[in-house]
Amino acid sequence: MNALLRMFVLGLVRLLAGAQANWQGCAPERRQRIYFANHTSHLDTVVVIAALPADLRAETHPVAALDYWGGSRLRRFIATTCLNAVLMDRSGHGRGDPLKPLVQVLERGHSLILFPEGTRSEGSVAPFRSGLFHLARRFPEVELVPVYLENLHRILPKGSFLIVPLICTSWFGTPMRLAPLESKAGFLERARQAIVTLSARKV
Amino acid sequence: MLAEPVFQWVAGGVVAFLAAFSVLGFVLDRRVTSATAKETVRNLNARLRAWWAMIALFAGAVVIGRVVTVVLFALLSFMALREFVTLTPTRRGDHRMLFVSFFVVVPLQYWLIGINWYGLFAVLIPVYVFVTLPAISVLAGDTQDFLARSAKVQWGLWLCVYALSNAPALLMLDAIPNYRLPPAMLLLYLMIVVQMSDVFQYVCGKLFGRTRLAPSVSPSKTVEGLLGGGAIAIGIGTLLHGMTPFSPWQAAGMSLLIVVAGFFGGLVLSAIKRDLGVKDWGHTIEGHGGILDRMDSVCFAAPLFFHATRYWFTV
Repeated sequence: MNALLRMFVLGLVRLLAGAQANWQGCAPERRQRIYFANHTSHLDTVVVIAALPADLRAETHPVAALDYWGGSRLRRFIATTCLNAVLMDRSGHGRGDPLKPLVQVLERGHSLILFPEGTRSEGSVAPFRSGLFHLARRFPEVELVPVYLENLHRILPKGSFLIVPLICTSWFGTPMRLAPLESKAGFLERARQAIVTLSARKV
Repeated sequence: MLAEPVFQWVAGGVVAFLAAFSVLGFVLDRRVTSATAKETVRNLNARLRAWWAMIALFAGAVVIGRVVTVVLFALLSFMALREFVTLTPTRRGDHRMLFVSFFVVVPLQYWLIGINWYGLFAVLIPVYVFVTLPAISVLAGDTQDFLARSAKVQWGLWLCVYALSNAPALLMLDAIPNYRLPPAMLLLYLMIVVQMSDVFQYVCGKLFGRTRLAPSVSPSKTVEGLLGGGAIAIGIGTLLHGMTPFSPWQAAGMSLLIVVAGFFGGLVLSAIKRDLGVKDWGHTIEGHGGILDRMDSVCFAAPLFFHATRYWFTV
């Protein structure tokens, strides 16, 4: 039943947002990775998941904002059951470490999809929050793959609820790692720049 | 329609034709050694596989009935329009206009074919939609590139929805005197002539192509390809006159019209791709690029074929 629903949701996403994948800098392999992408619309999470091959999808968990995706029973159901998402409290008011659910996924050997901008940007890529840095330091063996999501701000722009069904391509870049002694700010800027480069070099 | 001997002959012919080429492709794949030849054969085989899938889909739709055919073409329009708009720069102010294009205009245009309302079908987009869309867009208040943006969306709608919908619109032509076959045969005829023209222009161009026809637009189009492929397609179209209300000479004339219009459809869309800086419209069909890469000739041939047939042959 859940598998059927998942197929339905992913099929709908492919119809409405194309969801094509272009593996520029690495192949879709089954190894542990943290994919990090620019964040432009509520559809991002679904689109990256739909762009992944089915065998990777089972072991890859998008990180979704608790305040949006946990907001109603339907959204929570779509996020956790259909998309395998981990919900993360980004408010900063929660008790304990907000990265804890993410760490648990990585400890199981699974992969993550992260949106380090934290909030939706339009066109340009905003400065990254520090979560990616902390995870990279704690799991140095995990590959960090930059992902540029093209066109999503045209499909569902901030402030609109109308979906224009254009083709969104996910561009997967060259994997990177945290360099020894690299500063937090330096690493986060380098990661952000990887997505900016990807957006300029596509085609 | 399945019971019509003409349909059986045509369907058998198409399948035999594809089968022959598939065997040829299989043999060539084992024989050729040079890298460029391998690439050409691989391209040919990918096209053939996609052809089988398309023929199966299309035959299914034509056999099962009008609703399926109309819905199938509506989906083609939807996907062609998305390819067009994806590659065309738009701004935030176009959002509502685009939403209406995809979710109101496309279904409405094909619904009109479904209920056989020719009058509104013919004017819906050029009259009502072309008045409404800029009106919706202007309310967003963004004047930068306003003319270019409105024009691009209108052209996309004309090409991907209006022009393409003229192909299934042939199903509305059920008042042709002395013609007892179902109008779906006319649609099949159009598709066969257009695609044969495309395929044989490609083949003749590969085999005999010397003189480039429009090097700055499409380097692969040659005079030899056009003349050879066009002549073969017109020949096939003339031989198939039995599935149409046309006499052999009329069928030759109609095929000529389809070939010339289809050729310019391909050329014009190549020019637009160049303008937008892309090679293919999309990656939907393996070996064929996007929907628009396969449908470019149909988009130009369908309206002319539909109106010529309607004007001269219906009462």
